[in-house]
Amino acid sequence: MVLVFAEHQKGQFKKAAFEAVYYASETAKVLGTECAALVLGEAEDLSILGNYGATTVHQVADAKLNQFDSQLYTDVIAQAIEQLGASVVILNHSSTGKSLLGRLAARFNAGSVSGVNAIPKQDGGRFLVQKLVYSGKAIATFELKSDLKLLSLMGNSVPPQKTDASAAVQALDISVGESKLTIKEVSTVEGTVPLPEAELVVSAGRGMKGPENWGIIEDLANVLGATTACSRPVADVGWRPHHEHVGQTGVAIRPNLYIAAGISGAIQHLAGVNSSKVIVVINKDSEAPFFKAADYGVVGDLFDVVPRLTEALKKQKAG
Amino acid sequence: MKLLVCVSKTPETTTKIKFNADNTALDANGVQYIMNPYDEWYALVRAIELKEKFGGQVTIINVGPAGNDSTLRKGLAIGADEAVRINAEPQSALYTAKQIANYAESQGFDAVLLGKETIDYNGSSVGAMVAEYLGLPFLSYASKLTMENEGTVIVDRDIEGGTEQVEVALPIVLSAAKGLAEQRIPNMRGIMMAKRKPLKVEEPVEFDDAVVTVEFQLPEEKGAVTLVDPENMDELVRLLHEEAKVI
Repeated sequence: MVLVFAEHQKGQFKKAAFEAVYYASETAKVLGTECAALVLGEAEDLSILGNYGATTVHQVADAKLNQFDSQLYTDVIAQAIEQLGASVVILNHSSTGKSLLGRLAARFNAGSVSGVNAIPKQDGGRFLVQKLVYSGKAIATFELKSDLKLLSLMGNSVPPQKTDASAAVQALDISVGESKLTIKEVSTVEGTVPLPEAELVVSAGRGMKGPENWGIIEDLANVLGATTACSRPVADVGWRPHHEHVGQTGVAIRPNLYIAAGISGAIQHLAGVNSSKVIVVINKDSEAPFFKAADYGVVGDLFDVVPRLTEALKKQKAG
Repeated sequence: MKLLVCVSKTPETTTKIKFNADNTALDANGVQYIMNPYDEWYALVRAIELKEKFGGQVTIINVGPAGNDSTLRKGLAIGADEAVRINAEPQSALYTAKQIANYAESQGFDAVLLGKETIDYNGSSVGAMVAEYLGLPFLSYASKLTMENEGTVIVDRDIEGGTEQVEVALPIVLSAAKGLAEQRIPNMRGIMMAKRKPLKVEEPVEFDDAVVTVEFQLPEEKGAVTLVDPENMDELVRLLHEEAKVI
């Protein structure tokens, strides 16, 4: 059986969970088995995971699991794996999923691959998975030989498909230990899609000349429904918050559309964004290295081009 | 404080990636290697800062062949006190973690630090694995670490779209992200002293690996950029809608 750990935020399932469940159900098809989901903590509307291919949703609703602790979660998931007899476990390649993947691999001495980006293949009895390595500069294929196989799924790499199937919800009887952590504060930006999950991203860099000019970037992001991001120098000088920094030392992203304005495209920046499906570069310097990695380029002053693009998008939306 | 920092050797960021004839390994010809930046800039420097403030010792560890000694010497030059190399060709994240945990188990470290990921495999796995083998809490993506009372730390960690602040008693395993410390360039005195600091070599424990690299491929080359007239953003919108189909 393929078991997928479905992440939720304060009880709500988001795209990452649907992607993981869909990926797990496709993996189950490859292996000719069933897909079950596991939910930890209190959450609403669990049966929605059936829409993405889970036949059963198992829940451990203990309120101690409402906050993330990798040790506590690993204990519970490990018991679920044993109780349910899972042979493959799917997680998101998120901060939560990465911690759990590593811990579970060590717990079971099981083979794991983090950040897979395609449905596994069976090849003459070999279980093969694929991921990007060298910051997106190459694709690696791995074989997993252990009985239990653990995978974390890179966000935005396998689009989930929805059906109207539903899932049976079952409570799992697993006792939960005590956390060694005290969560003092959680601060997240509300109302926007976090960068690792965003399908559309509008990003800007030093070409903006100052933080006070970011209004045109926010306008463009708003009309697209995109998340805003920035380059490293801009985050370093405090023009934009640290969590917006995309690139090698910041967040690595792979949206469907990445629009970069006033970013030259240093290799460290590209390392974090070059897996984006479509890249649009706006820069007044036609020699900017970013144009080599772009699908569409606009050579021009971003202070003219960006508002013009926003207007063109508004017109298209209205039309 | 007794601190262990795991340091990895990775190809330098701007390396042009190419593979050997049967596509099973990186073609190391002409590749410049560096210490994994997250290990060096953030994990190692924060460990050295803690030692400078509270006293103690910083040990760095690498799982790799003799060629990795230069990476360890660099860590010693930056300010680590001693280095350990587990003499093995690392097979997988779990193999590496097993070797590190095996060394750390009997040493009584207050914290094990490492970078949030390596820039070659981008796996982010080893830290959590070491934590599980040692039975310790794991704080990933730490961008700030403060110690007020001896034995308790407060860690800010990056989570999707924000940060989380956690208080936890030592010992812990922690993975380091940007913000935890500032890069330090080794000075001449550090480089000279590094030559006299101990670098121990230990043999690995046996461990059966369950992950096998089958092959590497290079992604398809991007076609040439389509330039759009800066006066005509309607055209760009049309291309994104009709050709790229992303909006």
